[in-house]
Amino acid sequence: AGPGAPAAQLRQPPGGSPPPPGGGTGAPSGRRGCREGHGAGGSQSHPRRGESPAERGAGGQAWAARGGPHGRGVAPTASPRLRAEADSVEWEGRSLLKALVKKSALRGEQVHVLGCEVSEEEFREGFDSNINSRLVYHDLFRDPLSWSKPGKALPGGPLEALRALDKRTVSGPATIALDSLSWLLHHLPCPTLCQTLHALSRQDSCPGDTPPGEQVRVLGLLHEELHGPGPLGALSSLAQTEVTLSGMMGQASAQILCRRPRQRPTHQTQWFSILPDFSLELQAEPPLESQPRSDPHTPSVDPTTHLTFNLHLSKKEREAKDSLTLPFQFSSEKQQALLRPGLGQATSHIFYEPDAYDDLDQEDPDDDLDV
Amino acid sequence: MSVQGKLTLLCDAKTDGSFLVHHFLSFYLKANCKVCLVALIQSFSHYNIVGQKLGVSLTAARERGQLVVLEGLKSGVDVFFRPREEPHPLQFLREANAGDLQPLYAFVRDALQPVDSGEAAWRCPVLLVDDLSVLLSLGVGPVAVLDFVHYCRATVCQEWKGNVVCLVHDSGDTEDEESDVLLNGLSHQSHLILRAEGLATGFCKDVHGQLRILWRRPLQPTTHRDRSLTYQYKIQDKSVSFFAKGMSPAVL
Repeated sequence: AGPGAPAAQLRQPPGGSPPPPGGGTGAPSGRRGCREGHGAGGSQSHPRRGESPAERGAGGQAWAARGGPHGRGVAPTASPRLRAEADSVEWEGRSLLKALVKKSALRGEQVHVLGCEVSEEEFREGFDSNINSRLVYHDLFRDPLSWSKPGKALPGGPLEALRALDKRTVSGPATIALDSLSWLLHHLPCPTLCQTLHALSRQDSCPGDTPPGEQVRVLGLLHEELHGPGPLGALSSLAQTEVTLSGMMGQASAQILCRRPRQRPTHQTQWFSILPDFSLELQAEPPLESQPRSDPHTPSVDPTTHLTFNLHLSKKEREAKDSLTLPFQFSSEKQQALLRPGLGQATSHIFYEPDAYDDLDQEDPDDDLDV
Repeated sequence: MSVQGKLTLLCDAKTDGSFLVHHFLSFYLKANCKVCLVALIQSFSHYNIVGQKLGVSLTAARERGQLVVLEGLKSGVDVFFRPREEPHPLQFLREANAGDLQPLYAFVRDALQPVDSGEAAWRCPVLLVDDLSVLLSLGVGPVAVLDFVHYCRATVCQEWKGNVVCLVHDSGDTEDEESDVLLNGLSHQSHLILRAEGLATGFCKDVHGQLRILWRRPLQPTTHRDRSLTYQYKIQDKSVSFFAKGMSPAVL
């Protein structure tokens, strides 16, 4: 995936056919032959947006059909270690990104951060010196587009900065954190970004040399609401793990979709919280009835007091109420007739139940008439 | 003033949130800050009149150098009558395809640049933009507007420890993709979001709307404390009164 590869244009086919259900074990079928077991654009992993699945799938398929970094018809396998973290305005993801960065640093890895959205000062805030010494911040925040007169920009702009990360990793395991993928998506064409990301997370040297533990891990932060289905689908197909942040009642949760090659994607939900020093604390699911902010000492108020009308019944009134015969009784005769329909029911029957006030008189009142 | 280096996003949905702009303008002028107002929607005299009701004189502030105003309505026309070589903050109006807002950023930077001369030192610089959604209507792409706010944040907030306050409109149900990208992108960049919404049940004489306050980048990462508050408000002649939901004096 060098600079010579033609940049594929992301084009939506005119009438998107609904995507076949994804996540199966890659039996290639026609047009989808180049996707090994991946859902078309991972349509099940984005519960928060309202686009129709057909639209989303169509975008993902268009990208796949035009060919990934290897050209038409060859399987673009998911990059082994690219993990995309999708956040939203209400549930921000930078804290989780920082927590993961901290974990990597504590393991002894070097961490390279491509910072586009926050300043270096703000990103390093909350980390102790041990972690900060392992963290290399590539600053794309101060002057990403070379607008300043004495240019403080990184040479070559965002794309070169991203590509330079590939060459900067010293030997040994390393983590690259991209803050954020959304910024990069806004400023680079999607296919270029995907190709560069794909190149980033593969080992440059021969795969036989390095043991599997020494691969480069790439973490990316993505703001879901800012992009359409096409770029989101493309990025999610590149990622091995996708973490979507949401939450309930002040408690954050992560929906984790993990795609391993030649295996079914696994989906799990994990509740978590991030402590002030950016340690990650996993938690069990909070019970649904918990109301953390309600006052437990509020006495329950009886709503029938202090009314201008009386809602209570005295004992005598209650007895009278219980012994009242309701006007329209369901007599046993009618019950039997209904239970056995069709017994001579050529004409309709009238069931007359006289109540206490009826005066039954069998005489025909018309007999008086002298007609 | 404890809050420095922050981007505050004012957002309105189904109502007019410009009262927040007037509030912040008078607040920062009274706090002795150097203010740059990018006024794209109203004329200077409008802000002046409202400012006088709130107790500040914008003309006096402008004369003593505390306030720099870019009047979009007036200078937008100038763009077409000046020679092309001279850069103008609203240069994008002349371009066939509106590029970026670098000239506007350059104007803001020059206006708020802290100078070390012997004049009275103002407190932190403040940028007020009213409003950003109109830039979309003028043909600027949402990414270009986001880049402009990014640079303002990098320079005014980060470098000079000042504050930036921007007003943006939420298009609501109308499917305006660009407006949504702009609003969401700005929300991700902001530290504090003040969202003025009309009441769900419609217009009311005594309660003009409700204000939702969302702390987007709390100093402590995801804690259990409540990060958002909601108040209802009524705009009066010289002030705005806030009260908890359902507690308007007219209703109790």
